[in-house]
This record gives sequence, structure tokens and C-alpha cells, in this order.
Amino acid sequence: MKVSICEAKCIGAGVCVDAAEEVFSQRDEDGIAIVLDAEPRAELHAAVREAAVNCPAGVIEIQE
Amino acid sequence: MTQESVTQERVTQDAMDVQPFPLPRPSGCPFDPANEHRALHEQGPISRVEIWNKSTPWFVTGHEEHKALLSDPALSSDVHRAGFPHFSEATSHRQTDDVTFLHMDDPEHARQRRMLMPRFTKARMEMMRPGIQQMVDEHIDAMLAGPKPVDFVDAFALSIPSLVIAELLGVPHSDLEKFQDLTRVLVTRTTGVDDARNAQNNLLDYLEELINRKLEAPTDDLLSQLAVDRVRTGELTVRELATTGFLVLVAGHETTSNMMALATYAFLRDQEQLDKLLGMDDPKQIAGAVEECLRMIPIFQMGRRRVLKDDVEINGLTLKSGEGMILSSELANRDPKVFENPDVFDIERDARRHVAFGYGVHQCLGQPLARVELQVVLGTLFKRIPTLRLAVDESKLEFKNDGLSYGLVRLPLTW
Repeated sequence: MKVSICEAKCIGAGVCVDAAEEVFSQRDEDGIAIVLDAEPRAELHAAVREAAVNCPAGVIEIQE
Repeated sequence: MTQESVTQERVTQDAMDVQPFPLPRPSGCPFDPANEHRALHEQGPISRVEIWNKSTPWFVTGHEEHKALLSDPALSSDVHRAGFPHFSEATSHRQTDDVTFLHMDDPEHARQRRMLMPRFTKARMEMMRPGIQQMVDEHIDAMLAGPKPVDFVDAFALSIPSLVIAELLGVPHSDLEKFQDLTRVLVTRTTGVDDARNAQNNLLDYLEELINRKLEAPTDDLLSQLAVDRVRTGELTVRELATTGFLVLVAGHETTSNMMALATYAFLRDQEQLDKLLGMDDPKQIAGAVEECLRMIPIFQMGRRRVLKDDVEINGLTLKSGEGMILSSELANRDPKVFENPDVFDIERDARRHVAFGYGVHQCLGQPLARVELQVVLGTLFKRIPTLRLAVDESKLEFKNDGLSYGLVRLPLTW
């Protein structure tokens, strides 16, 4: 699994951090979401998919 | 569009049942949508309702459609655009200077939201948790030390969110009483239109004065940061920043307060779920219980309102530019396609797909803070007062049926 975020469209709701804090965080300066672990281990995949489904701006991209 | 599809569309739309909106909830079911609106959803995820001015905006009740439409840039939040389905006659006359970025479209909406984003990250909100825990403990101590019964709305639910926002904005301790008084008038139901306007102006004046103090001696809080980063640079005026502070208060005060009281009531009327909650030690489980409360208990009961600025094709329907739309999060949160047995309150289910905070670019910015507050309250209250119970018969409870935000007027509790 490869995870990326389109930062320009992120709205900083923090939904991804809530779903998978090992994989996502938010930058202190602007609140934009960032990927901590672009190739998360298998047991995190379900949480990452959930983050992508629930991201209100639809900016999380997953390649599997 | 071909002639045939035009005919098809007309037949479908003519056959559509139109119900008034809003309508009362079924008696004895304080968290359920009106039966008539459920019936509309059974006919299809997109229907029409008739509102106060006799217009018939689209009514979106499906979860998938809710998400798809709120993600569509053809939907506008601009309250000045013709066709916008206003909440009431009063809100249809909103002046331009009353409009916050909640009622703007991108790019201006994004510009203003982005200024606030760094102050609302999940990590920052988590830093507030110990302070919120202390506030909750102190309020419970005061309740236990005082006379019974107590109105939980007044003694607890209205006070905590206001204090939390005071902390977030950077209201100094010496001003807390004044700030609490100013905010209380705003959310008191008996406040008339003129009094509400006065209260709003008094609060804006107070915030302006506070921002001027922050400009002289900034501290680590939202108003100080924006004063330094945006007011000093000329990007925002002091008044504009005061309005932003006011928006943060309005968005996070009554909504959170109503949820605290309604969720408390939801557990008091459901012993099985209360027992489950009392047995939860893992913060993740309590977080899950909060998500189920968010799914099951309607707050934003007047629906998310939009007007179309372009045609949208969805589910074989053409939604035309200029038409209004009401998206019901409470019906989306009961969509059986997404939530099994949607009318069952079950704090152990995975409810995280709910749309209680909205969806799309306007989704609630303060949601991590609301979550922390609710997690602390629900994780603490019943453990500290295991004998907590209603002090009046359920039938005597009065609900804010016509409020923008649903809630309880009073919640008399004893123990």
C-alpha cells in the first residue's frame, strides 16, 4: 500500500489523524495533514482505508 | 437532453411526495427523525420538502448522496445567492457583515478557514484534554456539593464548552465571569432578537478590546496568534478577528452543550448502554461511544443548506442551478445501507462513517475539540456519579424542537 495526500485541497479536519495516527499527522504551522508512513504495514491498512473513506475533502490517495 | 429523458424526469418529479420541513419528531422518540421524512427516504435518497416560504428545495437523506453532493463544487453556501433555502424569515435578511466563512464559497472560504486551521489540529486539541478533565471534575464536585436536583444544562453543559472556548481564544481568568455572562445571554432561549443583537455586539466589543491587549502582550492562544500573524500584517482588521473569535464561540458552544445534555439523557434512558459505558476503561472504547452518540443524536436538526450554482446530475435526476437543497445528516446517519440496524443505539458499533460534522470543505473544523470534550464528559460523569438519574418524569422534559441546534431546555438530575 502506498499513501499520499493532496495537500493543496486538505481542509485540516483531522479525520485522518483520528483514524490512523501512526500514518497521518498535521503540520503545526498550518494544520495541513501529512503522511508519516507512506507504506504502512498491513495491520494499519484497514484504518488507512477508513481514513480515506471518511476524509471530508477526499484528498487521501491509496495505491494498492 | 433528449425529449424522452425530459419526460422521464418530469414523471419522476411529479410523482414525488413533498412533505413540510421541519416536522415534529415522533412522540416518545426524542432522537428520531419525523416519520414523514423517513417515509420520503424510503421512496428515495433525494426528494423534496416544502419550507416556511413555500419553496420546495431538494431534500437529501441518503448517506452516499449526502457525501457526494457536499463534495460537489456546484453546491454553494452563499446565503446571498438567489434560491438559498433560508432557515427562517429572520435569517433571510442577514446583513453582509453578519456573514462568516461558513456562508462563503472557496476561494474566500478556504482563505479564512486556513487561518484557523493550525489552532485546531488534533494534536493541539489533545493538549487541552488535561485542562478539560480538570474543568469537568470541578463541575462535578460543585454539583455534588450543591443542592439536588440540579439543572444539568445550566450547571454543567452550558458552562464547560464556554470555558473551553475561553481557554482556546485566550480569555484571561480575570475575565471569565464576564465572558460566561456574555455567552450565556446568547444561548438562552428567552433572549429576544434585539437582546441577542446587543449581546452579540457586547461580545464583539469585548473581543476587540481583548485583541488589542493581545497585540500589546501576546500569549499562546488563538487570538494572540492571529493578532500577531494577521492583524499586525494588515491582513485582518481587529474587528474581523473579533468576528472570527465570535464564530468560534457560536460554532462550538451551543452545539457541544446540547450534545452533552442529550447524550447524558440518552444514557439515562438506556440502562444497557449505560452499563456498557461504565464498563469501558480503554479511551478508544469511550471514543467509539462518542461516535455513536454523534451518529444517533441529532444536533444540526435544520439540515445543511445549500443552493446550486450549476446543474448536477445524480441518481437519474437533474438538480438545476438556482434550486435550494437541504441535506439531512440525521437521516444520512440512519441510512441502513451504511449502518446496520440504524435505529439501535449501540455504543460498541463502529459509527465513524457518520456525517454529524458535515462533509466536504465545510466540515466542522472544531470536531477534534468537540470529541475531546465529549470523551472526557462521558468517560467521567457516570463513573463519578453512578446513581445519577432524572429528577422529573421523562414526559416533563422540554426539547429545543425549533432551534437550529437541537437540545434540552433543562435537564433536572438527581443522584
